[in-house]
Amino acid sequence: MAEITKEDIRKPENLIYKKTDLLTDKPLSYCPGCGHGTAHRIVMEVLEEMDIQDKTIGIAPVGCSVLAYEFMNIDMQQAAHGRAPALATAVKRLNPDKFVFTYQGDGDLAAIGTAETIHACNRGENIVIIFINNGIYGMTGGQMAPTTLPGMKSSTSPYGRDVHMMGNPLKMTELVAQLPGTIYVTRQAVHTPANVRKTKKAIRKAFENQKLNKGLSFVEIVSNCNSGWKMNPVQANEWMVENMFPFYPLGDIKVND
Amino acid sequence: MKELRLMKGNEAFAEAAIRAGADGYFGYPITPQSEVMEYLMAEKPHERTGMVVLQAESEVAAINMVYGGAACGKRVLTSSSSPGISLKQEGISYIAGAELPCVILNVVRGGPGLGTIQPSQSDYFQSTKGGGHGDYRMIVLAPSSVQEMADFARLGFDLAFKYRNPVLVLSDGAIGQMMEKVELDEQRPRFTEEEIIKNTPWATTGKTKDRERNIITSLDLDSAKQELHNHALQAKYKLMQEQETRFEMISCEDADYLIVAYGTSARISQKAVDLLRAEGIRVGLLRPITLFPFPTEIISKLADQVKGILTVEMSAGQMIEDVKLAVGCRVKVEHFGRMGGIIPSPTEVVEAMKTKIIGG
Repeated sequence: MAEITKEDIRKPENLIYKKTDLLTDKPLSYCPGCGHGTAHRIVMEVLEEMDIQDKTIGIAPVGCSVLAYEFMNIDMQQAAHGRAPALATAVKRLNPDKFVFTYQGDGDLAAIGTAETIHACNRGENIVIIFINNGIYGMTGGQMAPTTLPGMKSSTSPYGRDVHMMGNPLKMTELVAQLPGTIYVTRQAVHTPANVRKTKKAIRKAFENQKLNKGLSFVEIVSNCNSGWKMNPVQANEWMVENMFPFYPLGDIKVND
Repeated sequence: MKELRLMKGNEAFAEAAIRAGADGYFGYPITPQSEVMEYLMAEKPHERTGMVVLQAESEVAAINMVYGGAACGKRVLTSSSSPGISLKQEGISYIAGAELPCVILNVVRGGPGLGTIQPSQSDYFQSTKGGGHGDYRMIVLAPSSVQEMADFARLGFDLAFKYRNPVLVLSDGAIGQMMEKVELDEQRPRFTEEEIIKNTPWATTGKTKDRERNIITSLDLDSAKQELHNHALQAKYKLMQEQETRFEMISCEDADYLIVAYGTSARISQKAVDLLRAEGIRVGLLRPITLFPFPTEIISKLADQVKGILTVEMSAGQMIEDVKLAVGCRVKVEHFGRMGGIIPSPTEVVEAMKTKIIGG
């Protein structure tokens, strides 16, 4: 039997997967093992599959994903820290035929942007909010976040989060699920292929809701931060499953179909 | 056809914004400017022109809604009063950094802190020297009548889009609350989608296959590029200084003494000029209409003509620093003002001119 060469394999008919054109070729600025890259990819794949990329405006936050616009090949705005839902509110109201989403981390969405998040959700703005929760401020070097677990160490809780002194972690997703303006609230993860598929389905549902003018869809993705957690990627994912998921259980929290 | 109406300054501004073809207003209630949003809500501009009016959860959210709307090439505005404008400074800095056009109205009240709800001019430094972080400037228009409240809504949009820069209309509680007759412009249509794509090709309208993606940001982590961006901003501000300086001169031709005042203080000072001239003292009034760019050149020229200059401001004396920069040390420059929401009377200004400049 003749030896199969790389050239034989790289034929168009053998192609089973290709990076979406909605991701640029710029190397990701995220740490190896971080969930952001996967989350970026599936958001962009959903836009491509729905063929709405030319009608979509994304809002990037402040945090690790501040440079999301470098990687997402669509029109984007970069917001001040926590203000993405305010920008998205105006963008959607002034352009009701466009698709609008925010992509925010936990510090951005659940601390400094709490008011903007809650009120955009409560008004039922017809937008999608993608919330990446890794329980830490990654970009600034691993400080305590509103979502940092009790006892969890960070650079500003070096002996572990003492809830009596530092307050409790905020379950923002459960909180916004109680508001009448949210139509779909779910918590997912991207650490295994099965979870990636589920999360992508959730994101697709969120954008389909927007297409039908149903209201605000809120998709939390519990993610790892191996650098901030001072672990290697495998350890970080294991730690996430053992510690983050019991506190932030995965699954749909509110589905108003 | 222009239309003549009797209106409050705040209402005139709101009506003029609709007629200027505004796409969106985002605000939060605060005295003494709440009539802006009240008027807009009552007018149902979504039925008149399709304009969006939204009461935000805070001044912070409102200015960030303005950012989002402006980034789509829309004509958007917000209004507030001093404490609320302080809250908006973060957003204004981002808007200036990302070079977005918008109009912001500040109906100034006395401070610092919660201060008072009465008129003041104590936000001059904040308005003209930056306010938020970073090296940036806004075009600052200072109305002294209800008519100018209306005129500057439209002029503000036109200048904002000409320079891709925020424009601040710096009013005060007196101009915002008082009623005068006002001549309103005809309705100008809102931008169409085609006009936005043609006139503001940088706007985020959705990336079509025929162009690269549009990104609205104030961030560039490469310091060399960020410095270049700052140089470009400074060049733009210089161009504004060359092209957009506006002022009014009243009785300056034969003046031996000069008053420099804007807004409400200019109205009071105009009366003081009449009173002083009735006594045979030849006084003129220079009223800056743009506070940035500041009318430095004309004040410098007048400094060669007059024996002394009095600045009248409802503050501890803020604009006087720019007047002194224009004058150098050629003639005496003194400040007269009231603070905490007190409006000076014309006779107080006459007295100040006599004691601080003529006899001083």
